[in-house]
Amino acid sequence: MDRALYIAMNGAKQVQFHQTTNTHNLANASTTGFRADFNAFQSLPVSGPGYASRVYNQDNSRGIDFSSGTLQQTGRELDIAIKGNGFIEIQSPDGSSAYTRAGDLRVSSLGVLETGAGHPIMGNGGPIAIPPFQKLEIGADGTISILPTGQEATTLAEVDRIKLVNPNSQDLVKGDDGLLRHVTGESFEADASVTVASGVLEASNVNIVAELIDMIEMARNFELHVKFMQSLEENESATTQLLRLS
Amino acid sequence: MDSALWNSKTGLDAQQTRIAVIANNLANANTTGFKRDRAVFEDLLYQNVRQPGAQSSQDTQFPTGLQLGTGVRIVSTEKLFSQGNLTRTEGSLDLAIQGNGFFQILQPDGTIGYTRDGTFTLDSTGQLVNSSGYVLQPSITIPPNVLNITIGADGTISAQTSGSTAPTTVGNLQLADFVNPTGLQARGNNLLFETAASGTPQVGTPGTNGLGTLEQGSLETANVNVVEELINMIETQRVYEVNSRAIETISSMLEFANNTI
Repeated sequence: MDRALYIAMNGAKQVQFHQTTNTHNLANASTTGFRADFNAFQSLPVSGPGYASRVYNQDNSRGIDFSSGTLQQTGRELDIAIKGNGFIEIQSPDGSSAYTRAGDLRVSSLGVLETGAGHPIMGNGGPIAIPPFQKLEIGADGTISILPTGQEATTLAEVDRIKLVNPNSQDLVKGDDGLLRHVTGESFEADASVTVASGVLEASNVNIVAELIDMIEMARNFELHVKFMQSLEENESATTQLLRLS
Repeated sequence: MDSALWNSKTGLDAQQTRIAVIANNLANANTTGFKRDRAVFEDLLYQNVRQPGAQSSQDTQFPTGLQLGTGVRIVSTEKLFSQGNLTRTEGSLDLAIQGNGFFQILQPDGTIGYTRDGTFTLDSTGQLVNSSGYVLQPSITIPPNVLNITIGADGTISAQTSGSTAPTTVGNLQLADFVNPTGLQARGNNLLFETAASGTPQVGTPGTNGLGTLEQGSLETANVNVVEELINMIETQRVYEVNSRAIETISSMLEFANNTI
């Protein structure tokens, strides 16, 4: 059997991996703070006796697009968006530190500040507990101040400060739960230069047009691989024809 | 089957739910005391096809891995409790809450429902009831032969009966508030109910402990911003389209493969 067929099969398979990432990005085109995934392909030449004609292809899609998403004005006091680079530190269900750009915050029934997906927001020393309040403000540096219930408007109290970090993008990986983490699992140091805007949410950074173009390109690419399989089949049948004795 | 197809399916599902939320907000743009909902999206779990950092030989590691996403889901819908506009109605039993808090309405099953809708009327016994006829808590009975009713900002209800010169206090209205009003469960009829997520109600006099004040002769309109909802609707429609386009593409890819080889 011609080995070329396997090259075509490998190509078509990797295209399907790419389409999976592509459709995942498109499905998350309106997920707050979502960071699009990249596809990166690597060529794997097969060396051995003879001419090295076979180069397989491997999808290494663990890249993340860290560009900023569009900012959407909501006017809600618990909606925050990070200006420029940086992440909000949250506590993942297993207790470890994770990072997100989704700033749709809320206060749980126990008074814990958490994201829309229910992960507690980390402050200077652990999750942030918010006492009952009439009014809550989040400052540009993540400082949370509240007007406690039953107090005069002059008695603003500072509760805590949201832990904002600015790690190098190569130190971040996306976990299987979609949260970003440090490569080694530890937590990053807080960075005072990261600023947030209150009353604004950051939309997903998925570029729909680019993803669509990518999708079309991949579909054509897939057809190319399939066409190749077809040509090989024709080659095979021609060979069979030639070798037929009768 | 190709997981890309299922990713697009989750995208369509989520956008479908979102358009339902938007449609409900728009349908209630004129509902007194209605608070709009917002759909919260979350990306689904990732499939780890190849773990980065695994040993590629005794001394070397794979520098990168392969991780494939599986789509999106709507994790929750949350109510946004921003203040709605107040409209003057001049009805003496129309109340609006300026600030936090809810009116408490006794349900036929004995539980308490909470609402921002302050359209109250009197029933045959003179009790203050909401538009469904459910009694406002704490229950207040207005005596017969009343000339006018005054409700103060702190909930004090006084009535002047014919024949007397000074108004008499007939009751005090109280409001309830929650630590996490977003966690309240909406059951229609403008009513919200306590859940484990909302916390227990803190009942108090209007204007104290962070509760809002009452405004007689006004009603609170829905806090739906029609323009914003329209923009959300356009966005939802386009994302829906792009996801269905993805399904079409994947399907034509598979069709091509089926027909060619």
